[in-house]
Amino acid sequence: MTPLAELPAGFADKVLSAQSTFRAVMDAMARPGSVQRIAAVAGAPKGMMPGTAAIALTLFDHDTPVWLDARMSARPDVAGWLKFHTSAPVIADSSVCSFALFGDPRDLPPLDRFAFGSNEYPDRSTTLILQVESFGRGTAVELRGPGIDGTAMLQVSGLPRDLFERLAVNATLFPRGVDVVLVRDEKIVAIPRSTRLAMRGG
Amino acid sequence: MNAPSYNFAYLDEQTKRMIRRAILKAIATPGYQVPFASREMPMPYGWGTGGVQVTAAILGPDDVLKVIDQGSDDTTNAISIRKFFGKTAGVATTTSTAEATVIQTRHRIPEAPLHGGQVLVYQVPIPEPLRFLEPRETETRRMHALGEYGLMHVKLYEDIARFGHIATSYAYPVKVNARYVMDPSPTPKFDNPKMDNCPALQLFGAGREKRIYAIPPHTNVVSLDFEDHPFARYRFDAPCALCGAGDSYLDEIVTDDKGGRMFVCSDTDYCETRQAAGHRGSESAAPHREVAHG
Ligand SMILES: [Zn+2]
Repeated sequence: MTPLAELPAGFADKVLSAQSTFRAVMDAMARPGSVQRIAAVAGAPKGMMPGTAAIALTLFDHDTPVWLDARMSARPDVAGWLKFHTSAPVIADSSVCSFALFGDPRDLPPLDRFAFGSNEYPDRSTTLILQVESFGRGTAVELRGPGIDGTAMLQVSGLPRDLFERLAVNATLFPRGVDVVLVRDEKIVAIPRSTRLAMRGG
Repeated sequence: MNAPSYNFAYLDEQTKRMIRRAILKAIATPGYQVPFASREMPMPYGWGTGGVQVTAAILGPDDVLKVIDQGSDDTTNAISIRKFFGKTAGVATTTSTAEATVIQTRHRIPEAPLHGGQVLVYQVPIPEPLRFLEPRETETRRMHALGEYGLMHVKLYEDIARFGHIATSYAYPVKVNARYVMDPSPTPKFDNPKMDNCPALQLFGAGREKRIYAIPPHTNVVSLDFEDHPFARYRFDAPCALCGAGDSYLDEIVTDDKGGRMFVCSDTDYCETRQAAGHRGSESAAPHREVAHG
């Protein structure tokens, strides 16, 4: 494991970088399917994209248990960097994590291994952060719902082929469910649980 | 160097993170009230500490902030909050609805249409629309969980039976995205239709009750009503005495000590913008300005 002193840095300006990153995530969540750009520059451990690192520095802390997929776990720097910069506990039990980070979402386990919240407290749920290969290529999906004026289209590659079908659980269980943030480098796209998805070939 | 003794936008980063996470959950579950650990703010609760905390968590140095209270930019409350963020965050402030990127409001939605680059932050005193029916939090939470809103409909229908119309003219309940019944804060029901399919993001903060909720842009928002008694926007049946607007919400103001009164736009920016464009009402004090045509 890398000594602490050699871990990549966090944000250069913690306060303003966290603010601008949050607004990008908020805009993404408020406009599902739209591609938002994270402008803040953060150091990131190998295996973690700059967008993922910026989101972690902005939203994670000791109150948010984080679960890592096999790809992220295989990089010892990731857990060390997260603990050092955010104080978030990295835990093995995915069913109680606030955030789950995926270096390789093609190995996404069944969604019911994560927290959906309860009908009384649907906010007690997991947000899945998935690093993908690209936006604008790959599987095409049509989105509808709050935040979308009519319909929106999204193309993503690097996801399990059936992810969008599996996310139908959000329609079945609403208001319980999982919120998803896709990351490619400094670009992000959100699919909150309120979004309804329909496959469009591709 | 004279570093300020408070953080950017006053709140510490730990509190902002917690509020930001609550805002994201609120957006993902439109109309659901997300609990959050409300902080003490350097102002009394009646001054909208919930809205102030939401604004503090989202505000950045590039934002242009507008603060309104009952439609006016110039009440003590609005001026104090505007100054507070001018001082703690150094943001630009404005009274213009069109120029603002973040608008914090108490009791009104601006008359000018909002656009997609804007966030409207509501100060909410009592976020629970079912509270007057059911004082127990565990029960209202269960009713929301099950979408069990029959009692709310019964109460509204009793109003009709008793008064011939629904008596609630402020904080008139809405249903968001066909799921949650939500309190729109004490805005006049005249403003309810502006919440529906609004291009701007709407965030609601209740400080004392520790709740944050949201309506994402372009979300279906319906005022509760009945087939035989459809929802009706109430408005005084007169144009604004200062700008002649026939489509704005009016306040009755006393003009002298002899009982003189007139009806004027409650949205002062809307009224002043119209007057500056040459629109006049029956009581306009200023001389009519020549308006260039063509
Ligand atoms: Zn007027």
